[in-house]
Amino acid sequence: MNFKLRVWRQKNGTAKGAMVEYDARDISSDMSFLEMLDTVNENLIHEGQEPIAFDHDCREGICGMCSLMINGVAHGPERTTTTCQLHMRKFKDGDKITVEPWRANAFPIIRDLVVDRRALDRIMQAGGYVSVKTGSAPDANSIPVAKEDADAAFEAAECIGCGACVAACPNASATLFVAAKTAQYAHLPQGQPERSKRAINMVEAMDRDGFGSCTNHYECEAACPKGISVRFIAELNRDFLKAAMTTAKFGTLPPLPDFEE
Amino acid sequence: MNRLVGLFSTSIGRKLMMAVTGVLLLGFLVAHMLGNMIVFQGQDALNAYADWLTGHPMLWIARAHLLAFFALHTYLGVRLATENRIARPTRYQHRTRHQASTPASRYMILTGLVVLAFVAYHLAHFTFGAVDPGYPALVDDQGRHDVYGMIVHGFRQPWIVGTYVVAMLLLGTHLIHGARSLFQTLGLNHESFNVIIRVMTLGLVMLIVLGNISIPLFVYFGLPTH
Repeated sequence: MNFKLRVWRQKNGTAKGAMVEYDARDISSDMSFLEMLDTVNENLIHEGQEPIAFDHDCREGICGMCSLMINGVAHGPERTTTTCQLHMRKFKDGDKITVEPWRANAFPIIRDLVVDRRALDRIMQAGGYVSVKTGSAPDANSIPVAKEDADAAFEAAECIGCGACVAACPNASATLFVAAKTAQYAHLPQGQPERSKRAINMVEAMDRDGFGSCTNHYECEAACPKGISVRFIAELNRDFLKAAMTTAKFGTLPPLPDFEE
Repeated sequence: MNRLVGLFSTSIGRKLMMAVTGVLLLGFLVAHMLGNMIVFQGQDALNAYADWLTGHPMLWIARAHLLAFFALHTYLGVRLATENRIARPTRYQHRTRHQASTPASRYMILTGLVVLAFVAYHLAHFTFGAVDPGYPALVDDQGRHDVYGMIVHGFRQPWIVGTYVVAMLLLGTHLIHGARSLFQTLGLNHESFNVIIRVMTLGLVMLIVLGNISIPLFVYFGLPTH
């Protein structure tokens, strides 16, 4: 298969970027999208050009490292599939494919298609944990959890933090991410003591990093490679409203630990 | 920190206020539409209703509240739209494919600002008499302000009828997303309720829009006389 690629190239965070056209030739239909880019990169290296920088790691759809806006869709045309699990047989021979990085104020470009997604880590640092001594694994069923709750927590915990929700949202909002990361604890007994504080802190952390806010377009749910439901956003909103009526305090976000290199 | 200030300084807090003011304004729209329907009972009924309403001791309290909700809703909407634009300073080169959002959800700020402009025009038209300076002086044979006469005179002009109909359709577009979406924002949602919420809010919005549109259309094409 052959494709005409239009790829965003940008030397670094401050350089001006542009779309550059490349030919992807002799691509196997069984290749993943990333393997197709690998092939293009090998040719670029042979020609003495800079290869296209893109994020990837596990390549089995579970690590959340791969990204890419492919023809205006986060993670490409196949639903509930990460870019690394997207195969070239989903495209037609001779297709023109536009590849862009995630675009959001909170995700500054590092190089080409690689963006800095540490804003999501900063949201996690603000409350995406349970403050208890974990010790060794507790005995099975020592804390009873209803099947429905365990399933809901697991469904939310499927979030791999790739940032597709932000990329697809017309407002560049991270609300689905925050909703998933609060819901995975909100459905479990261990998450209850800090439930209100967690909702407030994580939402404040999201606002601080310059993400937009949710206006219920639901593009995030459609783009999510894990198919995380916007029902969790309703739950976050409910928790937030409840939190506003508890003793949990607003505006007490601890200062960011300095991890800058 | 004051809780209300704390709530107001978060995005979800402002969204909650957006939803609450939206519900209250929706309530006003239903009441306003039902009041308008009295026009179909004829001149005497409508003028009597208008006379009762404008002389009501609670009128100014209600108007003050309405103005406050409207101002807050508008402020939050403009702020939300501005912040969300800043959140993505560089647009995508390729047209983003919309998989779930609707034109109603994407053009909320546009339809909202049109409604704002329409409200200003509507008040200038019927309340302040700025469009037709003769309106405030119109009285019926019982000496009451002739609201019925104003409506009949106003809606005999095709461009005014057109303005009202277009404005109501855009209001409907705004309300479809708003009414449906407020359940999500207030956290009163679950995918099991999606269908019922969609059907009920669509019904309510259609009731408001069709009710209001029927007046200029009936007047223009001949109101049944009493």
